[in-house]
Amino acid sequence: MKYQSQKVALYYFLAAMALFGIQVLGGLLAGWIYVSPNFLAEILPFNVIRMIHTNALIVWLLLGFFGAAYFLIPEESEREIWSTKLAYIQLVILLVGTLGAVGSYLAGIHGGREFLEQPLWVKFGILVAALIFLLNVSMTVLAGKKTAITNVLLMGLWLLSLLWIFAFINPDNLSLDKMYWWFVVHLWVEATWELVMAAILAFLLLKLTGVDREIVEKWLYVIVATALFSGILGTGHHFYWIGLPGYWQWVGSIFSTFEVVPFFLMMSFAFVMVWKGRKNHPNKAALLWSLGSSTVAFFGAGVWGFLHTLHGVNFYSHGTQITAAHGHLAFYGAYVALNLAVFSYAMPMLRERAPYNQVLNMASFWLMTGGMAFMTFVLTFAGTIQTHMQRVIGDYYMNVQESLSVFFLMRFGAGTAVVIGALLFIYSMLVVRKTEVIPPGSANPVPGE
Amino acid sequence: MAEILTKSRARNIFYGGSIFFVVIFVGMTVHSHRYVVQTSTAGMALSEDVVHGKHVWEKHSCINCHSLHGEGAYFAPELGNVMTRWGVQDSPEDAFEFLKGWIESQPSGVEGRRQMPRYDLAEEDIRGLAEFLRWADQTDTQGWPPNDAG
Repeated sequence: MKYQSQKVALYYFLAAMALFGIQVLGGLLAGWIYVSPNFLAEILPFNVIRMIHTNALIVWLLLGFFGAAYFLIPEESEREIWSTKLAYIQLVILLVGTLGAVGSYLAGIHGGREFLEQPLWVKFGILVAALIFLLNVSMTVLAGKKTAITNVLLMGLWLLSLLWIFAFINPDNLSLDKMYWWFVVHLWVEATWELVMAAILAFLLLKLTGVDREIVEKWLYVIVATALFSGILGTGHHFYWIGLPGYWQWVGSIFSTFEVVPFFLMMSFAFVMVWKGRKNHPNKAALLWSLGSSTVAFFGAGVWGFLHTLHGVNFYSHGTQITAAHGHLAFYGAYVALNLAVFSYAMPMLRERAPYNQVLNMASFWLMTGGMAFMTFVLTFAGTIQTHMQRVIGDYYMNVQESLSVFFLMRFGAGTAVVIGALLFIYSMLVVRKTEVIPPGSANPVPGE
Repeated sequence: MAEILTKSRARNIFYGGSIFFVVIFVGMTVHSHRYVVQTSTAGMALSEDVVHGKHVWEKHSCINCHSLHGEGAYFAPELGNVMTRWGVQDSPEDAFEFLKGWIESQPSGVEGRRQMPRYDLAEEDIRGLAEFLRWADQTDTQGWPPNDAG
C-alpha cells in the first residue's frame, strides 16, 4: 500500500464479503426450495428469498468495484484520494440502504421490477452514493496522472451511474417498462460493467505480470471497443418477444453474437500477459483468480450467452432454465471471480503483510468454480429438456418442472460446494493462520511499476 | 499490429465507434417507443384498471416467481399468455372470476408441490390484475410463446 487513503478499500471489501456470504446462503435456500417446495412456504416465500439473493449480489459486486476503484486510482493517479471522509460517508449510505432494503423485503415492502425492487428511498440513496463516489474519484483523477486504466474505469462508472436514472422511469405501458428496464440491466452487465471489469483486469495484470504498460493499455482499448460495439446494439437480444419491432431479431442476433469477442479477448489478454510477463509475482492466488475470471467469463457470458442468443433458438429457449444456467456462470466468471481476484490481490497489502492463506484461497477457487460449472451443466440439461417438453411438445409448466426434479437436486449439491467455497474464501481473507503451506513473497514487490 | 494500431488509435476507435453505436441505438429506441405505443400494444386501451393491475403486480413482486413475456424468475408459470391458456382472454368478467378463484384457492398445501402464497386482495385489485394480464396477453410479441403452455 503506497498511499494511506487506499485503506478505504479495506472496509468496502469487508462489507462486500459480508454481503457475498448472505447472497450465497440466500441462493442455497432458494435451491433447497426447488428440491423441497413446502420448505418455509408460509413464512418466507420464494420471491422474497430470490430478491435477497439477487439484490445482495448486485450490491456486493458494486461495493467491490467501488473498493477496487479506491484501491487502484491512487496508484494510477499517483496521489491520495480527494476525500477519504466522503468515501466513508458513501459506504455508510450504501450499507444503510442495503440493510433497509433487506429489512423491507422481509416485511413485504418492495417494488416489482425484477432486480430493481428497492424502495424509492433506497434508490435515491444509491444515486446519492454514486454521485459522491463519482465526485470523489473524478477529483482525484483530474488532479493526478491520467492513464488508460483510469480513463476506462471512470467512463464505465460514470455511464453505469447515469443509466441508474432508468431505475426511476417506470412507464405504465408494460412493453415500454421492459424496454427501459433493460437500459439498466443489459447496459450494466453487458456494456458498462465490462468496461469496469476490463480496467480492473488490466490493472491486475499490469501488477502481477510486469508487462509493459503500453501493451496492456492498447489491449484495454481494443477490448472495451469490442465490448461497446457489440454490447450496445446487442441489447436487441432482449427485445425479441416483449412487444418491440421485429427488426430487433436480426440486430440482436448479429450484434449479440459479437458479444463473445470482448470475452475471448479478455481471456487471451490474461494468458498472453502471463506468458509474456517475466515477473514471478508472490501472490499466486490473485493470479489464479484473474486467469480464472477471464476464462469462466468467456464460457459463462460468451459461450453460454451465444448458446441461446440467436432469435431462432431463443424463440424456444427464452425464459427456461437455459437462461438460469447462463446467468449463474456469466455473473460468477465475469464479476464475482474478478472481485475475488481484486480482494486476493489487495487484502494482503491493505493489511500490510505478505500474501497469506494462498493454498486455502486457491482451494476455494477450485471448489467454487467446480461447483458453478456443475450447476451450469445440470441447469443446461434441465433447460434443454424443459425447452423440448414445454415449448416444442406443449406440456404444461408444472408437469415439466416435476420431471426436472433430479436436476434440481444435483443443482443443490453444486450450490453446496459453492457455498462452502465462498465461506472458505472469506475465512482465508479474514483469518491469518500461523503457518503458510507455501512461502510468501514480499508484501510490496517492485513499487511503482 | 504494433505499428498500425497504436494506443492512441485504439483509443480513438473506441470513443468514435462507441458514439456511433449510441446514436444508432438511441434512434432505434425512439422508433421502438412509437411502435409500442401505436402498434404492438394498441389493441386494448391502457385503462385505469390495467394501470392499477400493474401496480398490484409490482407491489407483490409476482415477477420473482413467475415470468411475464419470458422475463422473471422461472419458478412459476409464464403469465404473459395465461388468459389465453385459461380461455378467458376475450371476456373481462370471466377473466376476473377465474383469477379470483385461483388466487383465493392458494396456497394449495399439496406436499411436494411449489406453493403460491395467499394474497388478500381487494376485488378491485383482482379486477385490475385480470385486466393487466389481458392487456399483456394482447400485446404483439412476434408470435411468442410458441404454444399455450407458455
